[in-house]
Amino acid sequence: MEFAELIKTPRADNVVLHRPFYLAVEGTLCLTGHHLIFSSRRQDNAEELWLLHSNIDSIEKRFVGSLGTIIIKCKDLRIIQLDIPGMEECLNIASSIEALSTLDSVTLMYPFFYRPMFEIIEDGWRSFLPDQEFELLTSVTDEWRLSCINKEFSVCPSYPPVVIVPKSIDDEALRKVAMFRHGSRFPVLSYYHKKNGMVMMRSSQPLTGTNGRRCKEDEKLINATLRPGKRGYIIDTRSLNVAQQARAKGGGFEQEAHYPQWRRIHKCIERFNILQESLIKLVEACNDQSHNMDRWLSKLEASNWLTHIKEILTAACLAAQCIDREGASVLVHGTEGTDSTLQVTSLAQIILDPRCRTIRGFESLVVREWLQAGHPFQQRCAQSAYSNSKQKWEAPVFLLFLDCVWQILRQFPCSFEFNEQFLIMLFEHAYASQFGTFLGNNENERSKLKLPQKTMSLWSWVNRSEELSKFQNPLFEANSLVIWPSVAPQSLQLWEGVFLRWNRPSKFLDEANEEMFNIIKYNKELQAKVNALRRQLAEMETDDRMQENL
Amino acid sequence: VENVRLLDRLSSRKAALGTLYLTATHVIFVENGSETRKETWVLHSQISSIEKQATTASGCPLLIRCKNFQVIQLIIPQERDCHDVYISLIRLARPVKYEELYCFSFNPKLDKEEREQGWKLVDLNEEYNRMGIPNNYWQISDVNRDYGVCDSYPTEVYVPKSATAHIIVGSSKFRSRRRFPALSYYCKENNASICRSSQPLSGFSARCLEDEQMLQAIRKANPGSDFLYVVDTRPKLNAMANRAAGKGYENEDNYSNIKFQFIGIENIHVMRNSLQKMLEVCELKSPSMSDFLWGLENSGWLKHIKAIMDAGIFIAKAVAEEGVSVLVHCSDGWDRTAQVCSVASLLLDPYYRTMKGFMVLIEKDWVSFGHKFNHRYGNLDGDPKEISPVIDQFIECVWQLMEQYPCAFEFNERFLIHIQHHVYSCQFGNFLCNSQKERRQLKIQERTYSLWAHLWKNRADYLNPLYRSDHSQTQGTLHPQMAPCNFLYKFWSGMYNRFEKGLHPRQSVTDYLMAVKEESQQLEEELEVLRERLANLQKSQLNYNEVNSKQQDRSKQLGLSTSNNSLANTPQEYSNDLKSFPSRSPSQGDEEDSALILTQDNLKSSDLDLSANSDQESGVEDLSCRSPSGGGCLPSEDSGKDSDEAVFLAA
Repeated sequence: MEFAELIKTPRADNVVLHRPFYLAVEGTLCLTGHHLIFSSRRQDNAEELWLLHSNIDSIEKRFVGSLGTIIIKCKDLRIIQLDIPGMEECLNIASSIEALSTLDSVTLMYPFFYRPMFEIIEDGWRSFLPDQEFELLTSVTDEWRLSCINKEFSVCPSYPPVVIVPKSIDDEALRKVAMFRHGSRFPVLSYYHKKNGMVMMRSSQPLTGTNGRRCKEDEKLINATLRPGKRGYIIDTRSLNVAQQARAKGGGFEQEAHYPQWRRIHKCIERFNILQESLIKLVEACNDQSHNMDRWLSKLEASNWLTHIKEILTAACLAAQCIDREGASVLVHGTEGTDSTLQVTSLAQIILDPRCRTIRGFESLVVREWLQAGHPFQQRCAQSAYSNSKQKWEAPVFLLFLDCVWQILRQFPCSFEFNEQFLIMLFEHAYASQFGTFLGNNENERSKLKLPQKTMSLWSWVNRSEELSKFQNPLFEANSLVIWPSVAPQSLQLWEGVFLRWNRPSKFLDEANEEMFNIIKYNKELQAKVNALRRQLAEMETDDRMQENL
Repeated sequence: VENVRLLDRLSSRKAALGTLYLTATHVIFVENGSETRKETWVLHSQISSIEKQATTASGCPLLIRCKNFQVIQLIIPQERDCHDVYISLIRLARPVKYEELYCFSFNPKLDKEEREQGWKLVDLNEEYNRMGIPNNYWQISDVNRDYGVCDSYPTEVYVPKSATAHIIVGSSKFRSRRRFPALSYYCKENNASICRSSQPLSGFSARCLEDEQMLQAIRKANPGSDFLYVVDTRPKLNAMANRAAGKGYENEDNYSNIKFQFIGIENIHVMRNSLQKMLEVCELKSPSMSDFLWGLENSGWLKHIKAIMDAGIFIAKAVAEEGVSVLVHCSDGWDRTAQVCSVASLLLDPYYRTMKGFMVLIEKDWVSFGHKFNHRYGNLDGDPKEISPVIDQFIECVWQLMEQYPCAFEFNERFLIHIQHHVYSCQFGNFLCNSQKERRQLKIQERTYSLWAHLWKNRADYLNPLYRSDHSQTQGTLHPQMAPCNFLYKFWSGMYNRFEKGLHPRQSVTDYLMAVKEESQQLEEELEVLRERLANLQKSQLNYNEVNSKQQDRSKQLGLSTSNNSLANTPQEYSNDLKSFPSRSPSQGDEEDSALILTQDNLKSSDLDLSANSDQESGVEDLSCRSPSGGGCLPSEDSGKDSDEAVFLAA
């Protein structure tokens, strides 16, 4: 298919762009296969706006006489308005945008056409390989092994080719366990807590069904992670009720009788459409400029977004507490083990492991616990808060995770190497990107699409020093401790950087950040100078002494 | 009383065993056991309510709520003791004479001269001079010399030059409690001013020529503008109801060239109830997000804060952008009027956003114009219906502005919290009584100390590290977003949950940046010394041994600089299920917690090796041991760290 067929009017002049907090600008609008480009020709302030079609969540058109207006709502939650003279032009442009922003074939997406303008220093596709992760693990324990059982994605289609499992469990047993778990997602290692050797594993629900099926290999596998005489916790991210209902559909949960060494705790983390609706309501409230204070708070409350944040964080804290404080191993699962499970396991690692609070460590966490773990990004992030179509698979699961990270970052502003911008950047790229990183739903699909060969990795771009400097937190000082966030309602806040990003003037906050940066920069410069002088002095003194000795 | 348990509100598992002491001024709880002997001090004047609850098997619970939002829950083993403590506290918390208040016995060991110096720190005449007054349009009037015209006004008031004593007195007779229009703020760039008064006694039709002339005089003092805004900060309905009682508001037909405007801020009773409701939400034990947000909305608190801000913004706009003078009043002109005038001044004039300027502002708009501190904050036992968090709301408005303009204020959140604390503490004389007249009669300045001097002495603790006097946010008028940005108003947990440290960010950016700035200063000094030394060394090659040893001293000093490495951070109760886990029988409950804290301390020391991976020579290690946690070093006036206080009590 040629994009040109979809673009009936590639260019329109005298278009006026409206954005909140900016003066309206007149300029030229161009459509290309992947971008909407608006350029103002004003002499004093020439500017260009480039918008990926895939970033467009929904578009509305209105007409007043022959003046058409298109309102574009983006997945990054921004809303812009374009006034286009000429009814025909406007209709053509609107229909082109609509078609181009809803391409159904992945291979037509921009990452397959994007040619980077920067020098690639490190191929991001090879930055975070499971082998490296395993090597780190073997330096502290030899109880685990790398299994290639899923090499051809034949055992579990949503797992990566290699996974880390207990050494004592052979591939044959794994195959049996896979039959016993939803979507074949058998328990694998998620995190090893060096401090006390406790581990966190994740899986999907066991397929016990109504007649209480059991699987000896499954029991053996998870028991293999326990120290002699010790017990573990199973954190089920569903309420007991939901877990019980799952049995009717062949799913279920671990029965005490068959897993006597494990204690099950149910936490209720919502799924799919409930989360999606929550996002839609929240964004609606944030964009509603008309209401008074009461309506704002009640709408915030009614969206339930912060309730979800609280629930997810609480479950993650619980998992971390079991591991660090109770000295117990933990298995986390929900139904499929691709959504709430990953929220819990990845947040628990941020709480427990200082490495995950560095930029590289966090990237590695996203790769391990989200991309390789088979979170279906393409399904979940197909639409954002403005979508009209109610599809079943969309859910802001990853955004909720990022929001939770932000909440912890806010409570521990000096313990993270990255800043809020880094999290916002990941949110944007998960929904629309020139990079292939978040395409596809799992490693299997990514390898079929040949993404590493055909597209550029987000990490190749981010991990260059020019970009990194934008994402570094000037306040960062390595904090090797476990950080326990507060989950009280008073401690959780709306993530303004995402939800009010386009609705509030950010100038004063930006200035504050700049000021902060300068204070620290000045300190570092001084330190360097003092050190240089000290060294110089020391050298001169030794010279003196040598001369004297002579 | 011994063997008293102090409960932790967040976690029922944590309770500290200790001894409770009652002194003439404080309730003191001293923890047993631990070598630190953690102490909790509460001033009697801070106590807002005491509640004795039903006796349980473990003892008799006593709940003390404080005006600075601390909630203390004690369990006293003997019912009798509990009753005695309860009775004593009820009496001690409600003094009937000013002489019983703490400030009359508080002695910070300053001599007479220092005390006088302290009271002179804030000088209102100097402040009006700073505004450019007296000038061609405004003058000081001695009409209220002996409080003869208005006993809740100061002796020195600034009025338009054209307003004769006759006009002033005439106008005062037409105003509630004789609070005639007087100058609050003058903008010398465009001559626009903010004046304040009480409501006119207009009833349904009464007029007063002098009052009309007074307003005329105010308008004429601003030659650039042909009208005057009259802002009534009450809801219209309230103002109309007042007409039946012979009070009311200005009729535009009777006054030439005024524009009359209502800006609805609710009265003190509504505000008191609103705060009460919000505090109930804050006190909820493990509330859900919905409970909290719903309760916050239901309290209406943020809506009221926004109303006050909106009024202030309206006035600041009129003065700065339109160049029009404004007369502000409510009913008596000492609550809402004070809030609104001071918010507007703060927006208009960067001086009030400095530490000194803020003290001046409170002195000007609140203390001197007769805000009834004694009645509103219940310093002496009085009518509970008079109590209302009026200045608390103003302080919160400032905090909300600080959140929106992080670089605009010279002071930080702690400064606001401490001022709020001392409005209630009665430790200093500034906020005693209801008017200047009463304070002079009591000879407050001779018998007590000034809070401003105390805060000024410790100003390093109250600095906002992001403030720079040459920064754009510190220049000119602040223009906050007006109408739609409701979401800019946030719940202030730093104030209302101030004693629940577990709810706050565990690392303070402010403290961290202050430490960095302090270190930079030291580095600057050292750089100077090193440069000098280098120059000397290059000139003559002598005395290197001495130099060397000195240098080592220096670096040691620097290494010690600001390290405070306590990240005392323990998990909350994330799940009730955990407690009943069967396999952990031996170490449960309280013991477990303390044991856990110990292990964390151990961990911390061993982990230092990991984090200090910098080479010793470069001096980078100085940074790595500087933990940003401010926890232990907060100057907390209620924990008894104030050495002066301790000395006083020992004596």
